Amino acid sequence: MYDFEYHRPANVEDALKLIGERGEAKLLAGGMSLLPSLKMRLARYSDLVDLGGIAELNGIRRDGNALVIGAMTPHAVVAASPEVNSTIPALASLANGIGDPLVRNRGTIGGSIANSDPAADYPAGVVGLGATIITNQREIEADEFFLGLFDTALAPREIITAVRFPIPRKAVYLKLRQQASRFAVVGVFVARMGNGARVAVTGAGPSVFRVKDAEAALARKFDASVVKGLQIKQDNLSSDIHASAEYRAHCTSVMIGRAVTAVS
Amino acid sequence: MPVVSMTVNGNSVSGEVEGRTLLVQFLREHLRLTGTHVGCDTSQCGCCTVHIDGKGMKSCSVLALACNGSSITTIEGVAVDGKLHPMQQAFHEHHGLQCGFCTPGMIMSALDMVRRKGNDLDEHTVREQLEGNLCRCTGYHNIVKAIQAGAAAMKGDATPATQHD
Ligand SMILES: Cc1cc2nc3c(=O)[nH]c(=O)nc-3n(C[C@H](O)[C@H](O)[C@H](O)COP(=O)(O)OP(=O)(O)OC[C@H]3O[C@@H](n4cnc5c(N)ncnc54)[C@H](O)[C@@H]3O)c2cc1C
Ligand code: FES
Ligand code: FES
Repeated sequence: MYDFEYHRPANVEDALKLIGERGEAKLLAGGMSLLPSLKMRLARYSDLVDLGGIAELNGIRRDGNALVIGAMTPHAVVAASPEVNSTIPALASLANGIGDPLVRNRGTIGGSIANSDPAADYPAGVVGLGATIITNQREIEADEFFLGLFDTALAPREIITAVRFPIPRKAVYLKLRQQASRFAVVGVFVARMGNGARVAVTGAGPSVFRVKDAEAALARKFDASVVKGLQIKQDNLSSDIHASAEYRAHCTSVMIGRAVTAVS
Repeated sequence: MPVVSMTVNGNSVSGEVEGRTLLVQFLREHLRLTGTHVGCDTSQCGCCTVHIDGKGMKSCSVLALACNGSSITTIEGVAVDGKLHPMQQAFHEHHGLQCGFCTPGMIMSALDMVRRKGNDLDEHTVREQLEGNLCRCTGYHNIVKAIQAGAAAMKGDATPATQHD
């Protein structure tokens, strides 16, 4: 790892100042994605600005018919939270399936979505529930947030402060795990909202996406029969050592059916 | 160079480090606490597991400076007055190791498991919760047995998960 200067500001304002002033500064959250990549010298920064000392970024609260999760809330805290388990158990179980317990004790929701790894779990929950990403300067709808492979709508000096999840009638997250890393080969999030259904898929392509055909069919009749044999286009899916695009398309279709059955 | 201060196994320590110094390097190279091991370069093996403010984490993927003011427990800190911790004793009795390289991480991870899941651990739970720790020798069978026995033995034991957490 190349050396850098380390900073630990106590509030968002100071963090913004630091990343504004320093040439090649980078935010650090749990470090579970950033530090491994720095160890491999895949990137180099002059400064790391650690958000770990900012208390206001941590925590879970109910806000009307939504759940607001602070950016620095670790996966293990979301997984064990009575508030999350009683309102959106699918999100708790998603968090509980990320990596391993030691990673979950340190990795954060803000870091996961800012990173936008194609095989990450949280993006499926964020898009599947139609969540809102709250930053120091604005609110970004989930559908506008994930732009592609490791790419998001975040500006260079923008900090995610929290994510607001609308509480669905029912939802489920199913993941076909890559056996060594636990990342998603395919992950499917299906939510039954007050006004229809949402279907989001992670792992299968370069970035999370919605399956609007399935959503439209489910809006007419929420039943597994309407998504049976659903064709998923392979053009934009990934082919790699873990699975071919053809296999991913097939799994996506089958898993959407199973997910719909689970929330019916 | 910046100075980092923390409590390690109940002792206040401090030292000069670089921004990039990892917690595991600080423990091993500065404090000479070499019980915490480095088994991989990809944050996957768990040999480096320690407790940071009571929670199991991979010290190869945490910066030393990020632990300023924290309380750390390593494998060197779990025995009390020269007497093995019940979890260590269980690894000994159930032959939960061969080369022993993964063992410090296994034990620190097992103690974190007891903190989260309690003392009555079935085999499935232990295997699932050990996802972050790799062993290249044992085939896990005796590690699982040892953790179940160690967790049960901790029930009657007055020692907390570890004395310093
Ligand atoms: C062994 C292992 C297995 C894993 N398995 C899985 C898995 O199965 N599924 C999965 O989804 N993930 C997995 N992960 C990744 C893990 O979930 C990470 O915790 C997560 O991707 C990044 O979160 P972090 O808090 O560690 O962020 P960091 O690594 O600290 O940061 C990641 C990126 O986000 C940026 N960032 C962080 N916080 C903010 C913020 N508030 N605002 C703006 N930008 C920010 C950083 O600058 C950096 O670019 C795994 C990781 C490891 C090491
Ligand atoms: S050394 Fe392998 S996970 Fe830390
Ligand atoms: S005992 Fe040798 S790696 Fe586990």
